[in-house]
Amino acid sequence: MSTAPSKSTADPVVTGIGVAAPNGLGAEEYWNATVKGVSGLGVIARYDASQYPSPVAGEVLDFVAADHLSSRLLPQTDRSTQMALAASDWALADAGLDLAQVGEFEMGVVTASGSGGFEFAQKELQALWSQGPEYVSAYQSFAWFYAVNTGQISIRHGMRGPSGVLVVEQAGGLDALGHARRHVRKGVKVVFTGGVDGSLSPWGLVCQNTTGELSRSRDPESAYVPFDAASAGYVPGEGGAILVLEDADAAAARGAQVYGSLAGYAATFDPAPGSGRPPSLRRAIELALADARVEPGEVDVVFADASGLPQRDRQEAEALAAVFGPGRVPVTAPKTMTGRMYSGAGSLDVAAALLSMRDGVIPPTIGVREPLPEYGLDLVRDVSREADLRTALVLARGRGGFNAALVLRSGRSGAA
Amino acid sequence: MAAPEFTLDDLVNVLRDCAGQSENVSLGEDILDVPFADLGYDSLALMEAVSRIQRQYQVRLGDEAAGDETPRLLLARVRETLAVAV
Repeated sequence: MSTAPSKSTADPVVTGIGVAAPNGLGAEEYWNATVKGVSGLGVIARYDASQYPSPVAGEVLDFVAADHLSSRLLPQTDRSTQMALAASDWALADAGLDLAQVGEFEMGVVTASGSGGFEFAQKELQALWSQGPEYVSAYQSFAWFYAVNTGQISIRHGMRGPSGVLVVEQAGGLDALGHARRHVRKGVKVVFTGGVDGSLSPWGLVCQNTTGELSRSRDPESAYVPFDAASAGYVPGEGGAILVLEDADAAAARGAQVYGSLAGYAATFDPAPGSGRPPSLRRAIELALADARVEPGEVDVVFADASGLPQRDRQEAEALAAVFGPGRVPVTAPKTMTGRMYSGAGSLDVAAALLSMRDGVIPPTIGVREPLPEYGLDLVRDVSREADLRTALVLARGRGGFNAALVLRSGRSGAA
Repeated sequence: MAAPEFTLDDLVNVLRDCAGQSENVSLGEDILDVPFADLGYDSLALMEAVSRIQRQYQVRLGDEAAGDETPRLLLARVRETLAVAV
């Protein structure tokens, strides 16, 4: 086992994928459903949400934490952390990686978090006000915390190298991967990265409602229709993806399967509202393409942020038209089947993009009936589209002005 | 009135209930002198257990209770406190 960091010059590669999504548990189940356009959206089932202004969500209903985690972990973890831990196990198994062969300080964890453990925190706050402080769990001290998924994954797998958490609302699911790439470039062999979020408990949902950005539709089939004339907000979801990012040479040396490489990444921040300056999503795309040394014409598919809010839909469509030319690149938003999962969304879109390139198929955007022609998007709608895919662009935007863009190259295009 | 009993079984039940049980650890009669750390319980698990015992038996065990290193030490503290409380 080498302790001296040896850096490969090739882009880091994704060798394992773990998914917990409203339309499928595990990468293959999620992917099969997604290619077929199977939605995981519904009126919230785990409590009576009928009186809430926005009762539709993407719940991961078939995740039973006790099936995956020891009784020691259950009392100290929020549901989102439980899903993150299970996803990290699946990603590790998928990568076929023997962690015992890697030095503990050569492995790190970088996740993103949008909200922390809301469901856990709600339970403890209820105990506090209804019974008293002595009824609040000692585990509340960290179970709600943004960094808890990183910490628990690190403990579970004995990964003691450079680690961290990014709190960037929805952009975080890509920013985490960008940060993980920095660690690999500095000599870290393996980084578990991605995001798993979820704050669909009553308190979490009420907090989300204060933004005024949630769809008020009560019909799961038409509640979240980005780029549509009827677009009026988004549906929140829970879940996400954990990915195994590895040094390309180390992955090649052990004969690992390679889904693709993380070829380019950039993040920008929008100017203040009313400044008169344009939003900076376009710049994020251009910077990520330049970072990947990819020309716009080489991009085979775009996984859109697809905010579902007319103004931000328009900004995204304008940025894509400016970079690629109107209608010049297929665009899709499989998150119409899961809802927007905050930090989970970007990571799940990266998983979807890698699986798209593996199988040569673009999963559809569902629910959109009347795409606005002035957006000039070649939106893949309702049914998946076969295509030879070598380069994918994934976009994620976070409330508050965060933009992130990430360029992936397929495993087939080689590490060079 | 006699002080309420507090047995090893009671302690194990509290621990299991509020902090679960590690997969490769058995919590039998022979754990009295096994450090909590070796039984898979860290300081937060003990804080949680102490808080639960205090609520259940209406006693104050003091901040040091979560620092007791073995079941024997914690049991002694609980019994002593219960005896005084009567």
